[in-house]
Amino acid sequence: MNHMPKFDSPKLDRRSFVVGTAAAGAGLTIGFSLDPADAADAAPEVNAWAVINPDDSVVIRIAKSEMGQGTLTGLAQLTAEELGCDWSKVSTEFPTPGQNLARKRVWGDYFTAGSQGIRSSQELVRKGGAAARVMLIQAAANEWNVPADECSALNSVITHAKSGRKTTFGKVATAAAKIDPPKDITLKDPKTWTIAGKPLRRLDTPPKIVGEPLYGIDVRQPNMLYAAISACPVFGGKVASYDEAKVHDMPGVKKVVKVGDNAVAVVADSWWRAKKALEAMPITWDEGENVKVSSASIAQWLKEGLDADEAFVGNKVGDAKATLSGGAKVIEATYSYPYQSHAPMEPMNATAIYTSDKCMVWCPTQNGEAALAAAAEASGLPVAQCDVIKTYLGGGFGRRGQTDYVRQAVEIAKAMPGTPVKLLWTREEDTTHDVYHPVTQCRMRAAFDDKKNLVALHMRISGQSILAYQLPSRMVNGMDPLVFAQGLAPKGPDGEFGYAIPNLLIDHAMRNPPIPPGFWRGVNLNHNAIYVETFMDELAHAAGEDPLAFRLKYLKPKHAAVLKAVAEKADYDKPLPKGVYRGIAQIMGFGSYVAAVAEVSVANGHATIHRIVGGTNCGHAANPEQVMRQIEGSFVYGLSAMLYGECTVRAGRIEQKNFDTYQVMRIDEMPKVEFVVMPDGEFWGGVGEPTIAVAAPAVLNAIFAATGKRIRNFPLKDNDLSSA
Amino acid sequence: MIALSINGKTYHVDAESDTPLLWVIRDTVGLVGTKYGCGIAQCGACTVHINGVATRSCQVPVGSVGAKQITTIEGLAQNGKLHPVQQAWLDLDVPQCGYCQSGMMMAAASLLKTNPKPTDEDIDGSMTNICRCGTYQRIRAAIHAAANKA
Repeated sequence: MNHMPKFDSPKLDRRSFVVGTAAAGAGLTIGFSLDPADAADAAPEVNAWAVINPDDSVVIRIAKSEMGQGTLTGLAQLTAEELGCDWSKVSTEFPTPGQNLARKRVWGDYFTAGSQGIRSSQELVRKGGAAARVMLIQAAANEWNVPADECSALNSVITHAKSGRKTTFGKVATAAAKIDPPKDITLKDPKTWTIAGKPLRRLDTPPKIVGEPLYGIDVRQPNMLYAAISACPVFGGKVASYDEAKVHDMPGVKKVVKVGDNAVAVVADSWWRAKKALEAMPITWDEGENVKVSSASIAQWLKEGLDADEAFVGNKVGDAKATLSGGAKVIEATYSYPYQSHAPMEPMNATAIYTSDKCMVWCPTQNGEAALAAAAEASGLPVAQCDVIKTYLGGGFGRRGQTDYVRQAVEIAKAMPGTPVKLLWTREEDTTHDVYHPVTQCRMRAAFDDKKNLVALHMRISGQSILAYQLPSRMVNGMDPLVFAQGLAPKGPDGEFGYAIPNLLIDHAMRNPPIPPGFWRGVNLNHNAIYVETFMDELAHAAGEDPLAFRLKYLKPKHAAVLKAVAEKADYDKPLPKGVYRGIAQIMGFGSYVAAVAEVSVANGHATIHRIVGGTNCGHAANPEQVMRQIEGSFVYGLSAMLYGECTVRAGRIEQKNFDTYQVMRIDEMPKVEFVVMPDGEFWGGVGEPTIAVAAPAVLNAIFAATGKRIRNFPLKDNDLSSA
Repeated sequence: MIALSINGKTYHVDAESDTPLLWVIRDTVGLVGTKYGCGIAQCGACTVHINGVATRSCQVPVGSVGAKQITTIEGLAQNGKLHPVQQAWLDLDVPQCGYCQSGMMMAAASLLKTNPKPTDEDIDGSMTNICRCGTYQRIRAAIHAAANKA
């Protein structure tokens, strides 16, 4: 363990900004120069994807962010597979978004969200690795004066089969870099993979177990100051006034800065001193119209949407409304799902330095290019004079796709030219100024014919559109297609509704309260899956059928296959110990088919989750071990949301402020999680999010089996199980 | 100036005596492996050892520490050899984002000192730190692995 400090950079424009990882734990810190004059001492790159040093060590460049989801290791495996290098010699680095722009976006899109990290860039990185391999082989062939197709590469060694001559990547890398990249690239058949698809160890573990400076909050620069910030607690409110004279003489205070129109920051020589002064400074807010908004007023508005005539139609087969009005037996249930905060362990932060001709930002971001755009906008400098150094993220979960904290850090730094400033939010600021999992209500209505066949389903969602707030340009004729894209879509590769029902209507009455929504791990799939899968359970019981058998009657083949596989692994047909009950759920989202079986007991009003078997058909698994980690981790995130996750609104502000009032699961509630990872090789599905959605409905269905009680208002903590 | 003994080394720091030890360790001393997560002793990301006992440093005024020995994650390995807890964390690839793991390992090392062979129930009762990535199952397994190695 001899890692060099990563962000203790002595000089601003020099090397060693960029985090490095190494398979062998050797710890490399190789940075990019931002100054063209430094190009001479840059590492020798074969192409944009692979830097190969004379000692054969390989640096693979990764554009996507690493927030725990393992994408860094998976993308490195895919690149290394095609490159044909020795995996033990691999380390990684994050090219900056500025370098990406300067090189015509050679690394593609930096946005790391939507479980797209691997599936949307696997082809790009594999082709990058393959191109480098072709160039390295050609360089060796040129040296030996033999045809390149008589040579091959394996474990960083190039061999000419006929003559038995061998050389290494490190010896030909400089020559390879001068060769034109190949035009046609044939990728390896995944069946032949030896690095990709294998359960290799994570590249980022060694520095994470010894406390190295890896995260945004760890950034230190010479003469750096610290900023604490307070934004108006009411969404849409503004700063009315503040009395900086009250804090000027407090220890370490350097400056008070108004940030945007809604926040004030104190800059001091330590973060604690900045925070103390901020708390001591009188600030009055112009709270604005939204001060009238409360959870009750929002719920009332959404409730009206359940019966509204107008709604956007996302999925329609036959005529569900007519069938329901003439159905032999109609079942109905109404649900509500609250706002939820992301609460990543590392609160929002960014470090920035501004001079009249340059702006640099260090930050944990899921969207490096958006952070760069925000830095340019906030600094008023051309994009080419700004850049962003991405750190590791102490959790992301969708929150760090935002750029609010980057913008703030740059505005503060701009008020103190030449001085690096690290802005760090308190946990309270983080919880109360999030973009929240959207609020929805839902009414499910289903009809059976007189032979107990499910003949109609109408799912009416009333509530908030994330796109309307975040990306209005992606709206389609006023409709938010993302409301249906996960789990409810008529067809398509991302989130097809799994049940073939002759009359189906899924529609959305859009109601957008003034609490900002955002992408939250799982996004709309989380509540969609709870609504669909707990209601399907209800229907199975109404039909007097086993919940698995009932679902399998209507499920499409790929959806059914995963559900059957987890049921088998969970010994679905065998009895459980006394007092323990089972629940099942399935869904398709983010391109993958997922399912779960939960085993739960309920005693004294408390539900204990003993075991969950989770399964996914994600098409391809770049690293099956990482897929398992994402299954168990997503279950914790999804179950935390179902058990406790709730942000309530009072007087236009979020009432929960920290982990004492915004509770999350801890280790004593962790069930035993088992896995079925069954990629069928036919597509590339997502991994980080899909399984989050099946844990909650599986547990809820088990709670029903244990108690006879249907939970329809979330989170579970707001329900009383003791009377059940 | 306040004198502090951290990882066997003495530091003289300029800070108000009511400053939480966490911020002195991170910003004044510059050992940033100890993390801030909540500031109210809920999450345990700031866990360090004070005289060998796991303590949430966000709740310890620096003026109250005196001559007590502070150990942070950077001082957990001894003589270039990883602590059994770190080794188990490495062997089982426990961290995901990794942000909470310094605190988790400090809590686990303290647990093993008083309870060398903890059961799952012991672990559940003693490990109250928060991990949002959901690494709890592997943390349990790693604590058992470290117990068997020690």
